[in-house]
Amino acid sequence: MSLVESPERPAATAAPLRKAPALRRKHTRQRLRTLGFLSPWLVGFSVFFGYPLIATVYFSFMHYNQIQQPSFVGLRNWKYVFTQMPLFGPALWNTLWLVVVMVALRVIFGLGIGLLVTKVKSGVGLFRTAFYLPYLAPPVAATVAFVFLLNPGTGPVNGLLEAVGIPAPGWFNDAAWAKPSLVLLSLWGIGDLMVIFMAALLDVPKEQYEAAELDGAGAWAKFRYVTWPSITPIVMFAVVTGVVQTMQYYTQALVAGKLASGVNIGPGSVIQPGYPEHSTLTVPQLVYSLGFQNFNTGAACVLSLVLFVIAMAVTTLLMRKRAGLLPAED
Amino acid sequence: MRPRMRICLSAALAGAGLILSGCANPSVGSDRDDPTQPVTLKFWHGWSNTAEVKAIDDSIARFEKLHPNITVKTVDNVSDATVNQALRAGGDDAPDVVSSFTTNNVGQYCSSGMWVNLDPFMKKTGLVKEKVFPKTFREYTSYQGNQCALPLLADSYGLYYNKDAFREAGIERPPRTMSEFKRDAAKLTKRKPDGSLERAGFVPNFRLYQNSPDRLFAQWGPKYFDSEGKARLSKDPRSKQFFATQRELIAAQGGYAALEKFRTTFGDEMSSQSSFMTQKAAMHLDGEWRGLMLEEGKAKFDWGTAPLPVPDDQADTYGRGFLTGTVAGIAHSSKHQNAAWELVKFLTTDTDQVVRFANAIHNVPSTFAALKSPKLDADPAFRTFIDIARNPHSTALPPSVNGGQYVVSLQDFSYDVEAGKVPDLDRGLRELDAQIDTDNLQSVN
Repeated sequence: MSLVESPERPAATAAPLRKAPALRRKHTRQRLRTLGFLSPWLVGFSVFFGYPLIATVYFSFMHYNQIQQPSFVGLRNWKYVFTQMPLFGPALWNTLWLVVVMVALRVIFGLGIGLLVTKVKSGVGLFRTAFYLPYLAPPVAATVAFVFLLNPGTGPVNGLLEAVGIPAPGWFNDAAWAKPSLVLLSLWGIGDLMVIFMAALLDVPKEQYEAAELDGAGAWAKFRYVTWPSITPIVMFAVVTGVVQTMQYYTQALVAGKLASGVNIGPGSVIQPGYPEHSTLTVPQLVYSLGFQNFNTGAACVLSLVLFVIAMAVTTLLMRKRAGLLPAED
Repeated sequence: MRPRMRICLSAALAGAGLILSGCANPSVGSDRDDPTQPVTLKFWHGWSNTAEVKAIDDSIARFEKLHPNITVKTVDNVSDATVNQALRAGGDDAPDVVSSFTTNNVGQYCSSGMWVNLDPFMKKTGLVKEKVFPKTFREYTSYQGNQCALPLLADSYGLYYNKDAFREAGIERPPRTMSEFKRDAAKLTKRKPDGSLERAGFVPNFRLYQNSPDRLFAQWGPKYFDSEGKARLSKDPRSKQFFATQRELIAAQGGYAALEKFRTTFGDEMSSQSSFMTQKAAMHLDGEWRGLMLEEGKAKFDWGTAPLPVPDDQADTYGRGFLTGTVAGIAHSSKHQNAAWELVKFLTTDTDQVVRFANAIHNVPSTFAALKSPKLDADPAFRTFIDIARNPHSTALPPSVNGGQYVVSLQDFSYDVEAGKVPDLDRGLRELDAQIDTDNLQSVN
């Protein structure tokens, strides 16, 4: 057996041995090419996501005031945030409240306006412009205007409500009304979602509506069985981006709280967010306060990680739900 | 996990740690410069009003005349947050000399090393701080022996009152004790036919303009920390007295909700629509600068100034008030610290400069010599505040390792107390102390 096989063995092994370096070079070239194409994304991902994430995890275990050398403190920052910082609970509650209520209402309202402006026969341009314009207002300017309009003592809205005998709320000055007032402000600037929904609604094939009508479908049935399946991906997009954006909600809540509180903010003063009674305090505000006012970098990093984990979990959950909602062929 | 992968991961993590700790090193300055050599200094300050900016620019011009080799570039309207970020980031554009309108952050500036210790500079140039600055001012510009700032004028807080309203209510002089204060505030309060407030005698609500709890609490002469640095508000009976008086003041004028609603009708603090200017409040807590604003705004009523009242059982301390002020220091990242010291020294210790600057912006001088200067503005309304600053019972906030965090905690607690949301004051104060201690501990390495 060996006499028969032995002359062939060198021939059988020699071929792969000769091909191997060429194959390896080919694979290396392929890998390099892939990496080359991926490199812009890789660089961006590393610099703007990977590095900050690693840094955040690292500093969450450190005492670091952004001047002196960081020193390892184990779980102290984590313990401080979860058990010794009374503002963490209200901030998390407010953020989650806004995520649930604001996102849901924005999607419902945006879709409603979208449906409305696609159905209007005359003056379409006027309606679209009227609903889109508020979105162009800078967030700070819009918030200032809302705080002025809803001022319980001098605002025209309460003046009007009182004139017609309706008990006027305290809006941004009342802890029970402050968050709904922020939701109201966000609904006023719904133009972005309206445009997205409008595009999706105009994209639904007209034949399907005609077919549904032939089958005797009413307005609700047409929406339920024709419109909704077509726009589900857009709704999911609106929900997911809405959740991520609301998790980072900062400017409007800060400005509204500061203005409504009436406390003068001089150059030496520190803005204490959350007025009234911490009802507008969000986690991003707390992160800023801890990190850049108190220079408690470790605790700020812990809070950032908590926010990141929640955002990831909610987004993953929504993406899984999305798979179930989409039509089979999608 | 494979051994090779474990090694790679450990190495990657160790590398990341090293990189991150390397990135966490802001630039460090130097005091090896020769202050007689030509140099350009960057000075960041918070003044923004045209007259104030002119006053500081005039001061700089005087300094440059005295030090022709030093050019100073000023940047106005800079907040503490901006200064903090710039000094932590470092870089060529960071300031050499910095000032802050709040003394609350001095503890943080000193303990973190963000502002350099000025004692070696004082020693080098033969300046004895004990002979130049009053004790309270020295205390609020240092932390645990580190004098990282010097006072650049001061603020004292007192009472502004509407003399016309006082005459109308038959009150002859401003109140001196808290009992008189409550009685007068109620007498001066006027209501509309529907029962809502037309004028409050005094709006004590902590969110009104300068009414922060620490300023009002100063009338009781509080001690925030014990000798070991632990919060002691719950152990001091004056804390409860203070909150009780606050609630009585509110109750005497119609209650918290009514006053809060009334407060929302006031205009901006620094505008002509502020509550005192529009006569919506007959008495008003404020700093010495308000007098200048009332004059410039041509107030349509006769007004006067007095110290804020004191608790009845501390009547002998009448004349005291809350003190704070602007502070100036040298950035740790400055490469010209000796030249920067020349500027800080001039702005804070040169008597003629301090008096001229104080007169220009109606702030209280912060040196012994300037406080006694005959050149100081003789306006009696302004002199009230000079007297408050000189009063030995007047107090400032003690510096703390994490800046004004304990003041913020006190404010939060006070908002709840005035709104009637703290049913058990003793327990609330104990929890407040615990929170302050926890926050302080968290900020210590």
